[in-house]
Amino acid sequence: MTTQPVRFYQVGSFAVGNRLLDDDGRTVQSDPNRTNSLDSGHRACQGCGEALGARYALDAAMRASQGRLVAVNATGCLEVFSTPYPETSWRIPWLHSLFGNAPAVATGVAAAMKAKGRPDVRVVAQAGDGGTVDIGFGCLSGMFERNDDVLFICYDNEAYMNTGVQRSGATPPAARTATTEAIGSVAGNPFGQGKDLPRIAMAHDVPYVATATVADLHDLEEKVERAMQVHGARYLHILVPCPLGWGSASSDTIRVARLAKETGLFPVFEAVDGKVTGVSPIRHRTPVEEYLSIQGRYAHLFGEHPRTDIISRIQAMADRNIATYGLLAEALADTDPKGVDV
Amino acid sequence: MFQVRIHGRGGQGVVAAAEILSMAAFAEGRHAQAFPSFGSERMGAPVVSFCRIDDRPIRTHEPVMEPDALVVQDVTLIHQVELFAGLSTDAYVLVNTSRSFDELGLGEFFGGFHPDRLLTCPATELALEYLGRPLPNAVLLGGFAALTGQITLDAIGTAVRERFPGAVGDRNMAAAAAAFRFVTLEEEEMVHASTD
Amino acid sequence: MLRQIEGSRAVAETVALCRPEVVCAYPISPQTHIIEAIGAMVASGALAPCEFINVESEFAAMSVSIGASAAGARAYTATASQGLLFMIEAVYNAAGLGLPIVMTLANRAIGAPINIWNDHSDAMAVRDSGWIQLFAETNQEAADLHVQAFRLAEELSLPVMVCMDGFILTHAVERVDLPEQPQVDAYLPPYEPRQVLEPDDPVSIGAMVGPEAFEEVRYLAHLRQLDALERIPAMATEFEEVFGRPSGALVSPYRTEDAEIVVIALGSVLGTIKDAVDARREAGDRVGVLGITAFRPFPSDAVREALSRARSVVVVEKAFSIGFGGVLSTDVAMATHDTGCTLRTIVCGLGGRPITRRSLEEAFAAAAQDELDSLTFLDLDHEIVERERTRMTTTRRSGPSAENILRDIGTVASRMD
Repeated sequence: MTTQPVRFYQVGSFAVGNRLLDDDGRTVQSDPNRTNSLDSGHRACQGCGEALGARYALDAAMRASQGRLVAVNATGCLEVFSTPYPETSWRIPWLHSLFGNAPAVATGVAAAMKAKGRPDVRVVAQAGDGGTVDIGFGCLSGMFERNDDVLFICYDNEAYMNTGVQRSGATPPAARTATTEAIGSVAGNPFGQGKDLPRIAMAHDVPYVATATVADLHDLEEKVERAMQVHGARYLHILVPCPLGWGSASSDTIRVARLAKETGLFPVFEAVDGKVTGVSPIRHRTPVEEYLSIQGRYAHLFGEHPRTDIISRIQAMADRNIATYGLLAEALADTDPKGVDV
Repeated sequence: MFQVRIHGRGGQGVVAAAEILSMAAFAEGRHAQAFPSFGSERMGAPVVSFCRIDDRPIRTHEPVMEPDALVVQDVTLIHQVELFAGLSTDAYVLVNTSRSFDELGLGEFFGGFHPDRLLTCPATELALEYLGRPLPNAVLLGGFAALTGQITLDAIGTAVRERFPGAVGDRNMAAAAAAFRFVTLEEEEMVHASTD
Repeated sequence: MLRQIEGSRAVAETVALCRPEVVCAYPISPQTHIIEAIGAMVASGALAPCEFINVESEFAAMSVSIGASAAGARAYTATASQGLLFMIEAVYNAAGLGLPIVMTLANRAIGAPINIWNDHSDAMAVRDSGWIQLFAETNQEAADLHVQAFRLAEELSLPVMVCMDGFILTHAVERVDLPEQPQVDAYLPPYEPRQVLEPDDPVSIGAMVGPEAFEEVRYLAHLRQLDALERIPAMATEFEEVFGRPSGALVSPYRTEDAEIVVIALGSVLGTIKDAVDARREAGDRVGVLGITAFRPFPSDAVREALSRARSVVVVEKAFSIGFGGVLSTDVAMATHDTGCTLRTIVCGLGGRPITRRSLEEAFAAAAQDELDSLTFLDLDHEIVERERTRMTTTRRSGPSAENILRDIGTVASRMD
């Protein structure tokens, strides 16, 4: 089949296949010969951030491993929409076991490959936030502690979406979910809860931890590539907006993800052996209102009686992140276009 | 079938004693079964172990309810635990002590038993002398061999050395041999006493 | 080779001869000696290539086994009681996925109250999971059944658990004829997966199946278990050819040819039962024993055959379905409901309560006189039970029943008033 090179003429954008880049600077997604690990035909919602994130991450992992990859999937949206009986949209070897055991199952696959003398076959485990921070937490910690050779990817849409948008240990404060409704004076999910999985992963001293969003494809792919260069337990936390659960427009998924980063609410960084080694700086510092106001799950903070007190608290969280991670690139003289300070 | 019950406390090698006895019987080509009454690992708690010896395969798995021989590794159990349940008056009893049955307050209880089957052996003292540690289990097996004649000292030696290779095994066997001599002497004195 | 060896050790050495490639270990009494021994063999290089993984829970142990097996490796783990329940989601998952994992279940009671001693409640909790369940009567059988288990599992693509009574068998030192490596290799070929995660030939394993096909998937699993009813005896025959001793089979009858009463049981209690039956035979009762080795699939035909000349069956069991009756009894009743045999249940050994030959003899004698109740709790202390019932009737705040009973039997120091 003949291929035609795709030409994009925007400059300095996040568009796929920027023609001003060298071949090796181009994304995997721009390659018509990419694996397409998660092929079209799956049943994800329009604008699903997780479908995007999974495709980006796995295609990058397939390139990095020269096509020698096995994926283990926890129960959740990705598993459900990618394998609607009797079809599958996976082009790679794929195993779904249970909700809480993806890390352990992946450990088993990696152990089998090692016992069989096939270290070239790499293993990726993937789960949503529920399967990572809540029900999968014990197994994940065990995998980290043993430094098993698995890249664990969490697609974080900040709630149990497939079961109808219920709160998880990753649901941010003030967000409305079906089990943290904004009723009366209760303003959604309480403050002071939640797990910071990237920091928990770092506390295990695993070789590589990184966060990313679906808004920056280059950054995400490079992090997958870097993760695949290393052996041992690696953790990648990808923010993937869910139009249904977040109440955002399906056309806004990438925009919402970008705003999460630009407000400082979702720090994008990477860490090696338990220490932060680089951050993706905020390009245009943005007040949290811009991010919150386009999501229905925060609608109760606006309107006739806006909850400016809560919005201030959320802003304070963002400001804290900016300070903690050094997300504002005041001293960034030569702006690295990919934005990752290595 | 010959059934043995061993009483002691956790940490005194009661379980190992039964196992070694079973291994000694195996070395003599006989069938044997050894198992403890089980519990969570804890030092100092009362422990019971069992050993059955037979020339035919042993099928049963119940605890030894009617022991043909009783070994008591720790006298502090005497008035605390039901040591003597199921004992027939024909049973052999070997107690780890330098005192006599009477001094232990057991004279009356054992009134109807065969006196030449009720013997004591200062196994802890012997263990301290030969091993430098108060571990009387293998030592007592030497006494057991002399008392009951169910097993040879040689077979005990094979088993002990398999279980404790090297110098530890040798020292245990030296102590066991001393216990064997002690009990044999005790028996002889008793026979003399009864014929005097 | 003949060895005087602890049951756990015999199993560990035999499992090692089966060349497992991934072994998961999470400790729980009374299985610890098994996994410790295997761990030592891997560390010393005696068992290689093998990945020995110290996992963080039993749920992880079965999950790691699932991943390893799906990737084509021979996977093994062991557990008991609470551990089995903790991994139960993964237990069902393994069977549903058709992964030939082998697991030793060192039978132990399930709490509360917490109890580390033997009974069969754990195995019974997963009897519907789709796992093949084999019960060993002796440590010899425990060792031998593991060899057969790997082969059976891989032939049928079903997981197999070998049940051996915790402490009673695991911690007993007995004579065992351990197989040699060439024998095991001759009997058990390398694992050839029916489905496998392979980059050169990708498949998706574990997708959702809706109402349109779920029944068919379940029925296929049932048919595979029924296939085991034929494979198990055939494999037992081959086992005898290779190893020189009979082992396995669905059931093991003892003096049933002319028995009027047949006693049915699982596991180590069969040895004590046989001694009791011999004593009753001498007293003139026509009693026989049927040991069930393959509990799942349930060997209905073999059981019926053994009972064809009997008028009464007595099920001696170490499990109980609270609020109903015996568990094994229910299966036996279903298999024999039209044989005309009366069925009596003796529940015993719960939580490790010793089962004595004498008590069994008395019960069998009563059965011969048609004087055995339909349900008997052997050696139950009725007085203690009544005392607690009275306590509960007279005081609302009667306190934890277990503690009260322990105090009554003198185990716990009395409360300081």
